[in-house]
Amino acid sequence: MTTRKKKKAANPHPPPPADDALVVIRGLRFSRGPRVIFDGVDLTISRGRVTAIMGPSGSGKTTLLKLIGGQLRPDAGTIKVDGEDVHRLSRDGLYALRRRMGMLFQSGALLTDLDVFENVAYPLREHTGLPEAIIRDIVLMKLEAVGLRGARHLAARELSGGMARRVALARAIALDPMMIMYDEPFTGQDPISLATLAKLVRELNDIIGLTSVVVSHDVAETAAIADYVYVLSGGRVVGKGTPATLARTRSRWVRQFMDGLPDGPVPFHYPAGDYVEDLMTGEEG
Amino acid sequence: MIELLRRLGRGGIGFFQRLGRAHLFLARVLWGLGELYPRPGLVVAQLWSLGVLSLLIILVSGLFVGMVLGLQGYNTLVDFGAEESLGVLVALSLVRELGPVVSALLFAGRAGSALTAEIGLMKATEQLAGMEMMAVDPLRRVVGPRFLAGWLSLPLLAAIFSAMGVLGGYFVGVGLLGVDDGAFWSQMQSKVDLRDDVVNGVIKTIVFGFVVTWIAVFEGYDCVPTSEGVGRATTRTVVHSALAVLALDFVLTALMFNEG
Repeated sequence: MTTRKKKKAANPHPPPPADDALVVIRGLRFSRGPRVIFDGVDLTISRGRVTAIMGPSGSGKTTLLKLIGGQLRPDAGTIKVDGEDVHRLSRDGLYALRRRMGMLFQSGALLTDLDVFENVAYPLREHTGLPEAIIRDIVLMKLEAVGLRGARHLAARELSGGMARRVALARAIALDPMMIMYDEPFTGQDPISLATLAKLVRELNDIIGLTSVVVSHDVAETAAIADYVYVLSGGRVVGKGTPATLARTRSRWVRQFMDGLPDGPVPFHYPAGDYVEDLMTGEEG
Repeated sequence: MIELLRRLGRGGIGFFQRLGRAHLFLARVLWGLGELYPRPGLVVAQLWSLGVLSLLIILVSGLFVGMVLGLQGYNTLVDFGAEESLGVLVALSLVRELGPVVSALLFAGRAGSALTAEIGLMKATEQLAGMEMMAVDPLRRVVGPRFLAGWLSLPLLAAIFSAMGVLGGYFVGVGLLGVDDGAFWSQMQSKVDLRDDVVNGVIKTIVFGFVVTWIAVFEGYDCVPTSEGVGRATTRTVVHSALAVLALDFVLTALMFNEG
């Protein structure tokens, strides 16, 4: 934590106060068939900060990003981004809002028929009438920011997982969005790629003045770069606070997740009938 | 019994829900086609991929189908001393039926399956979701150009198929079996009617192109985004397209050529 504090002290653009909310979620309910994913979630994401959404697999973290981005509709509740109710916007309104939001998918979601340069140039070509020379300069600047200017001629299929995510990050910031949502950015990365991505998330947030929402279940890496953390489980927010606060909390839900305990409020066993009876009956299914 | 009824009901509801989704999907794709006007490059690229790259199979198949028609037709006509009518038989068979139907079946197998697999894989690898989050509508940028290019390609491919078929029939009938050259062409010219035969055949290919491409892009867009889901969707494209083409061919033939 000391290192983090030092880093923040050296930041010439300190984040604005926590009450300046960019994303406000109230009373969110969402189900997939009979399975309740969110049951009354309230959540606030402050402008200019790195907010982590953590929780065990299947707790609906990615679903939450899709709800914020308007790709899914909630059963009840509201999601406001920069004061606009995402699910009351017209199609044009939603697309205008999305131009100010970037999203980094777990897979990178690069267009496989385009090379690195064209992938980053794609949103610029789609949404701006900029001349080719300016598009080239912007793309090179974005690629330089993620350390991949030299890889601009590589095909998307030639990239490693970590490189693909960095290219996707360059594409996500191509239009200078106000916020970026990261879906499991650290999953499946080697230690070097992981450290690189973590550094990029933090630095882009501070230097460009973004708002970052990081969905992850990698506790140590995410806590190291986050200003504020929400822990989701069982369709609800079971813990929230700064990483330091959560490290001290006594909540069993939060403790199980932060300490990586195999059993607890989130049970080891998937719900099932009586074990002995199951073995003795000998019936299939 | 109740379980059986429940399953039937669930299957029926699922079928009509899917049918509804397919029509809404089509309406949205057609609505967005206007946006392609300032960006013809998107359609041209797909015309190359769906049309030009299908040429080989169309050329070779057309040639062999025409050669078989020439051979079979000659063997039948010669019994009646009417082998000079071989040109008419080959041309009418191709222009009215075989050209549109066989081209559509080949197109569904070659280009339709590729369309479904491509769009399905884009969905499975989150490329479509990524475009949506970049405020780019995949229906207009991905599906629209492919739909239009597929729709335009099939009539052209069917015309080439029929032309190759006529050449194949000529090669077998005139070149190998000794049918009179002048009779082959002149009878074809006098008996094949532009409006009744050629235009009706072209209308068939336009309808088949629309339906086959619609099925292909919808199956890709609506597939379960897994490798198994993409595989199933690709199979469905070929099967449903073939059934749709054959059923529509009967309906169109009854409407166009029923002289009773």
